[in-house]
Amino acid sequence: MMTLKVNGHDHQIDADPDTPLLYVLRDDIKLNAAKFGCGLGQCGACTVIVDGKAVLSCVTPLLLLEGKQVTTLEGLGTIDAPAPIQRAFMEEQAAQCGYCIAGMMMRAQALLQKNPKPTDAQIRAELEPHLCRCGTHMRILRAVHRAARLMDTAELSSTTQAIVHGSAP
Amino acid sequence: MNVPVILDRRSVLAGAGALIVSFSMSEAFAQDQTPPAAAPPHPPSLPGSLKDAPLLDSWVRIDADGSITVFTGKAELGQGFKTAFQQIAAEELDVPFASLKVITADTGLTADEGYTSGSQSTQYSGTAIQNAAAQVRELLVAEAARRLNLPVENFRTESGAVIAPDGQRFGYGDLVADDMLHVQAQPKSKLKNPATYKVMGQPVPRVDIPAKVTGGEAYVQDMRLPGMVHARIVRPPSYGAELTECDTSAVEKLPGFVKVVRDGNFLAVVAQKEFQAIKAMKLLSAAAKWKEKPSLPKQDDLLRVLTGLKSNDSTIFQQSNPSATGQKTIEAIYTRPYQAHGSIGPSCAIAQLVDGAMTVWTHTQGVYPDRQGIAEMLKVPPASVRLIHVEGSGCYGHNGADDAAADAALIARALPGMPVRVQWSREQEHAWEPFGPAMVTKLKASLDGNGKIADWNFDVWTNTHSMRPGGAGSMLAAQHMAQPFAVPEPKPIPLPAGGGDRNAIPIYKFPNAQVVHHFIPAMPVRVSAMRALGAYHNVFSIESFMDELASAAAADPVEFRLKHLEDQRGRDVIEKAAQGFGWRKGQKAPPDRGFGFAFARYKSLAAYCAIATEVEVNRETGRPRLVRAVAAVDSGQVVNPDGLINQIEGAILQSMSWTLYEAVTFDDTRITSIDWQTYPILRFNSVPENIEVHIINRPGLPFLGSGETGQGPAAASIANAIADATGKRLRDLPLTRKKIKDAIDA
Repeated sequence: MMTLKVNGHDHQIDADPDTPLLYVLRDDIKLNAAKFGCGLGQCGACTVIVDGKAVLSCVTPLLLLEGKQVTTLEGLGTIDAPAPIQRAFMEEQAAQCGYCIAGMMMRAQALLQKNPKPTDAQIRAELEPHLCRCGTHMRILRAVHRAARLMDTAELSSTTQAIVHGSAP
Repeated sequence: MNVPVILDRRSVLAGAGALIVSFSMSEAFAQDQTPPAAAPPHPPSLPGSLKDAPLLDSWVRIDADGSITVFTGKAELGQGFKTAFQQIAAEELDVPFASLKVITADTGLTADEGYTSGSQSTQYSGTAIQNAAAQVRELLVAEAARRLNLPVENFRTESGAVIAPDGQRFGYGDLVADDMLHVQAQPKSKLKNPATYKVMGQPVPRVDIPAKVTGGEAYVQDMRLPGMVHARIVRPPSYGAELTECDTSAVEKLPGFVKVVRDGNFLAVVAQKEFQAIKAMKLLSAAAKWKEKPSLPKQDDLLRVLTGLKSNDSTIFQQSNPSATGQKTIEAIYTRPYQAHGSIGPSCAIAQLVDGAMTVWTHTQGVYPDRQGIAEMLKVPPASVRLIHVEGSGCYGHNGADDAAADAALIARALPGMPVRVQWSREQEHAWEPFGPAMVTKLKASLDGNGKIADWNFDVWTNTHSMRPGGAGSMLAAQHMAQPFAVPEPKPIPLPAGGGDRNAIPIYKFPNAQVVHHFIPAMPVRVSAMRALGAYHNVFSIESFMDELASAAAADPVEFRLKHLEDQRGRDVIEKAAQGFGWRKGQKAPPDRGFGFAFARYKSLAAYCAIATEVEVNRETGRPRLVRAVAAVDSGQVVNPDGLINQIEGAILQSMSWTLYEAVTFDDTRITSIDWQTYPILRFNSVPENIEVHIINRPGLPFLGSGETGQGPAAASIANAIADATGKRLRDLPLTRKKIKDAIDA
């Protein structure tokens, strides 16, 4: 039995330590977003964030995750209260079949957390491990740019709010 | 006695509406029982799929509480038509978009619309829904008119209600009687004037995207039924391999082990948890001993392999005008390798046998044909099998979906009551999916003294382009059983749509022309339908050769095409794409870059598409890079412009990937391209700077299928741009970095 922190909650996991994170997320915790694509770390469909970094969950065994924070797409927002990256993908209609999209979004999220204003070249380079077969790439790129703008605005407005309430530094 | 099943609206108007409707309804039931031989001698032609499922309530149902459900026998594969159909229905019913829901392919609920293939969903199912919705709306108006005893002309509809002249509102739910919609459709519908469209033609956001970007349950892979167990298949290592030995004792000791299912060469293992099933599969795989036989042809000599196999030859087009004679003749041969659908999510299905009834949740493109195949495999009546389509990863044709459905059913039969989830591995999907067939085309044409094509000869060699189920023999599980089902005889898909000869007949007008289809029955490699079928390579060949001829005639490629094209809508998309791209006669691309152009009307009967591209070639490495693409498309009446643009963008990028990188590889026994390392596809470093799609909308004209129209033109446009950049013509797909480098150095 091991404790795994996913999307801010502790989960008691009864699985072999060599079980890849992907199966723990899907099978034990019943989360949908991280997808099985290859099980070989070649396509990016299973990407989640671990301690701020994009990680291929299909090749990351459970035993490496003790004490770490795992974030999946479900942890960012919901249909009713979508996170900026989710809003951006909806607004750009950046999906066809959508199977690869959750993984793309998680890597983009990790990028934007450390680099809020990436260049187009930086986004392309970052998404290099990810495959999309429907050919939605142009929209995915636009959605990541839009997410960066939305996050920027969100931060601005929360700063503005803070100032209004007199709690700004 | 068959006549009254067709509802006569004049009688409704005359005041006996409800009676006639219910009378018609019981007759309609009678009609259901009538054998086809007793059908009227000249049945009226009904629009779209209404031909096959003529009852209105097969398409639209309205409950007493006013809730509306629209049914389609087609499957959402990521093309976004579920949203488009909702738009169509909302428009013609005059209800808010969000107030209705669409149910897709399910043998328990929807009409049998065969396969979701060939860019036909909107053309057939969308047309059926449009007409059914319009006729339902008319019936509702007629019912309100009957109640007030006023002429229908005085009524209008708005937001799910019929409004009387005095402003009185009748909700659709209040108007609809039990069987009112259980009537035969009429050949003609009172469709709305496109100028008044409120929902159709709008870029309505897709209904499926919110769940997909927030981790909702969106795919069959995400389904978790109570008590569900996980199965993995141990496939043979190669075609025709026989299982000679399999000691299951070690696997049986694994934690979570449920069962090994073996039937001849079909081998699978079931476990409680998913990763337990994977571990069991690996162990079982190591324990299984197979006898393999080398049966595969030479992968690097497909020209000789294909043209050397026995073929059934038919001349599918001939035109002759002896007064036109050529002066300058050129010839060329183009080849395409076997190519993979390469879905990002390997195939998956869930099956459950309860009290003799088998239910399969699957991402197949054809729930009814698959039900037929699975019932045959299990030797049970089709009525005891239900297939429910649930979205999977994009398939782009016949991938492993149907096989996975059969796998799940075969395993679930051995575990009554338990929902069994089968998930293929990446390697299984790559090695066992039925590939897009290899093709060879030989072209020969002559130019007359005015630089016009005087004669044209086109020969295409290829397999069938559809081995989709219908019978059990098309499914791997049934082929591998101890009492196997034979692979069915391959058949060509008839023209005008065609299979391997799809788009082989040129749209251009030539005084002399001959097109021959060399249909090869023998299939050394497992093949079936892949997006656009033969049209991908035939259009690649025709449109590359048009550039070769234009060059021989010292003509501009766009002007040269227009010179041979009468079809006005075709001319319009060519001109639009050229204009959007900034194409100018005689214009030179920047250094190491080239401009390319290509055009086709998909299947010669669906959407028109022209694509101009700019490609950069690194002369040191040979690496090609698509810089930008500009497309123009005419799909008739547009339902959702953003959905259409999304499809065309996707077609260009996917076709670019096929064209520049992709070939299935094999040795004499095994498929060797078994993952993304050995079968590389487009990655972000090769994504163009920009893709622009221009739509030519045709309000009120029929919907034209668009999902595959971009594949051929994108390939040829890129090939033409590479030729323009390098001065070298490449004719063997894929146009790899190495081939380009070799051509530059030659």
